[in-house]
Amino acid sequence: MAEHHSTEQKAANKKLAIKVLYVVIGSLLFAFALVPLYDVLCSITGLNGKTDNTAATLAKAKVDASRMVTVQFVSAVMPGLGWNFYPKQTSVTLHPGQVETVLFVAKNTTSETVSGQAVPSVTPGKASTHLKKIECFCFVNQALKSGETKEMPLRFFISPDLPKDVKELTLSYSFFKAPGK
Amino acid sequence: MSTTTVAHHEEHSDHPTGIMRWLTTTNHKDIGTMYLTFSLIMFLVGGSMILGIRAELFKPGLQLMNPDFFNQLIGVHALIMIFAALMPAATGFANWMIPLQIGAPDMALPRLNNWGFWLLPPSAILLTLPFTLALFGIGDGALATGWTFYPPLSVQGGIGVDFAIFAVHLLGISSVMGSINIIVTLFNMRAPGMTLMKMPMFAWGWLITAFLLVATIPVLAGAVTMLLTDRHFGTHFFDAAGGGDPIMFQHLFWFFGHPEVYILLLPVWGFIPQILQTFSRKPMYGYKAQVYSLWAIGALAVVVWAHHFFTAGMPVPALLYFMYSTMAISLPLAVLFFCWIKTMWKGSMTFETPMLFAVGWIILFGIGGLTGLVLADVAADAQYHNSYFVVAHFHYTLFAGGIMGIMAGVYYWLPKMTGHMYNEKLGKLHFWLTAISFNVTFIPQFFVGLAGMPRRIPDYALQFAEFNMISTIGAFILGLSQLLFVYNIISCARGGQKATDKVWEGAEGLEWTLPSPPPYHSFNEQPVIK
Repeated sequence: MAEHHSTEQKAANKKLAIKVLYVVIGSLLFAFALVPLYDVLCSITGLNGKTDNTAATLAKAKVDASRMVTVQFVSAVMPGLGWNFYPKQTSVTLHPGQVETVLFVAKNTTSETVSGQAVPSVTPGKASTHLKKIECFCFVNQALKSGETKEMPLRFFISPDLPKDVKELTLSYSFFKAPGK
Repeated sequence: MSTTTVAHHEEHSDHPTGIMRWLTTTNHKDIGTMYLTFSLIMFLVGGSMILGIRAELFKPGLQLMNPDFFNQLIGVHALIMIFAALMPAATGFANWMIPLQIGAPDMALPRLNNWGFWLLPPSAILLTLPFTLALFGIGDGALATGWTFYPPLSVQGGIGVDFAIFAVHLLGISSVMGSINIIVTLFNMRAPGMTLMKMPMFAWGWLITAFLLVATIPVLAGAVTMLLTDRHFGTHFFDAAGGGDPIMFQHLFWFFGHPEVYILLLPVWGFIPQILQTFSRKPMYGYKAQVYSLWAIGALAVVVWAHHFFTAGMPVPALLYFMYSTMAISLPLAVLFFCWIKTMWKGSMTFETPMLFAVGWIILFGIGGLTGLVLADVAADAQYHNSYFVVAHFHYTLFAGGIMGIMAGVYYWLPKMTGHMYNEKLGKLHFWLTAISFNVTFIPQFFVGLAGMPRRIPDYALQFAEFNMISTIGAFILGLSQLLFVYNIISCARGGQKATDKVWEGAEGLEWTLPSPPPYHSFNEQPVIK
């Protein structure tokens, strides 16, 4: 029972217990800090094929005419979204630095207006930071009325810094039902 | 280690009796007993659940249950076995034995200790209540995502997920409180003269476990809290459409989940060498090497987590890093294996039940370790991932390496705790039945796993039928043999041949200097270690 510990002993125990409690609180904070850290780490390294989801400016990117890169397009619609969604062309071949526009088609097959959000992913991961989007339907939510079909453009280029061994990359879009809509 | 003074106070009964004794107790022995009893009950509950699973898998096709219920049984079985059976058993031993082993009158924070235990029964109820609620048409049953809570499934799941999240919160708080108590006890309450490097190995195993727990349990608590807010409060931590990432959950979960494996095993690595030393009648080999290896494993445990989801997609350098760092754990572990074997080498060994369990444990845990090395190989893992090979592997580490280790500890310390010898014949029978039926259960699972049978699926292709039948028969023998264990413990607690103070001829350590059973209050004047 508690009275078997002397007063000094109790004070010392309490002091150390509080110190260990700081470690516990620290690692709880660490868990939440991992959320932004993970995001930063993914965009720097291209882990998970995460691409930069903001508009890139066409900074005097020089066209590297010495090589060709094939970009393939893949699409998926996640459960809960009653859409058809597919790329109009399965792939394009282009020089790094050359700007290209491709079209994706989405059709709302349900009887109500629905908003969706496209989430991109690039394979191989190390190429993901080199796919630069100037204009993309994935930057914002897309709303489709019942039965509406929409052609959505993606304007992009491949950065000339793309590692030489990457000759083919795949851009995949998954359309999710926009949260809360 | 030699003891010059051992003083005990005479038994004084100033504590309440009956149910109030157990509800209000702050005595480390009472709390230890409650932890161990709770653990044994939950071991039987979790075991019955998996017998339901094995019965369903006896034949291909669906016979006994729908797939949803099957999934619920699998997830809750794992959570119960990990959080409500294995961890409380280790904490129960810590409560009972750490004060006795280091010559302290009690744990450092007795009230916290009581609170830590009494959080467990409510969380066990939270875990299992959804099963009962579903019978009355409330909700659709317990957590059906497996114990890993992976989103998006866990975001879409029913109320069982919420119950499990709150159960994990309570279990986490309980084990963090237990860990704080153990850290403070080990740093502040050791007998005069017992330096850290003179601590019993069990105390070392638990100290590192406690550090791992306070560092990683809060990460799990954070991850499941994010899951909860994703489910109910419109956040998008793990929702790709809202800018989150379901893979991030896997990182957070396994940042806790891999150290958890060592949290379950380190206390066992602590007391198994003490058992080996006792029944080999010679000093423990390589005390320092073992302590440093435990530290090395504890440190490596927190930097290898991503090997649990190699197939989720990672850049090659990350794959290589996690592969090599995982394989590196086998080096300190090999040092431990060497020390355990060398402790027995040329000793005058006898094979009482604890020793049988300890030696069987080394062999079976060794198989678990070696098959883990295969899984750590990125190239091979693509085939083994999510197959029954993984199931067999982690049961060799957690059933053989965890639970059979705990059983060795139970037989080793039961005479000290109860003051009576258990039935040696029944104990040996229990060991042989357990060891053999365990292998009958899990060896076939290696084969079906290699042949491609996925885990967590209630039906399977016809070619797996024979192996699954053997596995189910083994599982039922394994489950039923545990009734011998329960019977032996109960009859030992109720009476039997009187145990001596030392119990075992070769026993070393302070706990064996006290009478069996030790008085309610022990070491009120601390012994001095020279």
